[in-house]
Amino acid sequence: MKFSVTVTLKKDVLDPQGKVVENTLVNMGMNNLKSIRQGKHFEIEVDENDQKNAEKKVDEMCKKLLVNLIIEDYKINKIS
Amino acid sequence: MKSSVIVFPGSNCDRDIAVALEKMQFKNQMVWHKDTKLPKSDLIVIPGGFSYGDYLRSGAIAGKSLIIDEVIKAANSGCLVLGICNGFQILTETGLLKGTLLRNKNLKFINKDVQIKTLNNETKFTNKYKKDQILKINIAHNEGNFFTDTKHLDELKKENLIAFKYCDENGNENQEANPNGSLENIAGILNAKKNILGMMPHPERMVDDIISNEDGINLFSSLLN
Repeated sequence: MKFSVTVTLKKDVLDPQGKVVENTLVNMGMNNLKSIRQGKHFEIEVDENDQKNAEKKVDEMCKKLLVNLIIEDYKINKIS
Repeated sequence: MKSSVIVFPGSNCDRDIAVALEKMQFKNQMVWHKDTKLPKSDLIVIPGGFSYGDYLRSGAIAGKSLIIDEVIKAANSGCLVLGICNGFQILTETGLLKGTLLRNKNLKFINKDVQIKTLNNETKFTNKYKKDQILKINIAHNEGNFFTDTKHLDELKKENLIAFKYCDENGNENQEANPNGSLENIAGILNAKKNILGMMPHPERMVDDIISNEDGINLFSSLLN
């Protein structure tokens, strides 16, 4: 079973990289741009047939290592 | 006094801190991150560098290494722990210190000598400094922008757990003197029991007049006190 995990900085945490990307796009003429937050993306394959168990495992991976819960939020999605 | 310096792949200030500790007459041992036993130590130092190439987040992988379980056990039973630069980042990743270090506000790696002020001089690490003493210490980091939640910030202030703050030459803690965007100019913090100090500046680089200054010496002599 394969999952994607998206990690982004929490709303209140300053994201200077996202800001620089945003400013650059605005300078390039992308005027409708409202905001950009930069994050990380993981693709995780788990050797598990039960979706609930697999999701639990991925969630544990996020909490224990992949995500710094003080500053980051994460979303888990099943890919296949 | 016995000290142990933990070495990770990518640590690059481990020799500097060892030289500083030996200069101050510590009996020092280097401990590889894959070791599962910690030599009997009064002080554990987690040195600066780029452990594991800063993969994932600075300090994240080192914070889960084998020896860290022993460091956590020792710290919880009162052993003194000093984390400098990447060592500070690792300590926050282990949970031994709360808060985290974000990327520098200006997105640049900063390597320069800055002024820091000794806010709390009544700790094992700082007792040889005077209250509010201004030190000139080198910083060299990309992620030194200290951040934490309001509750922890209140605790830091109320319990006098802020060891050092960035300031100008006259001791003013203003934004101009804040090199990396740290919350309230914080450069170094203690845990609630005050046996763990994490700081971004490098005191081990300031123990010799020939190459820098000696503003870092008293941190080590405080520990011997």
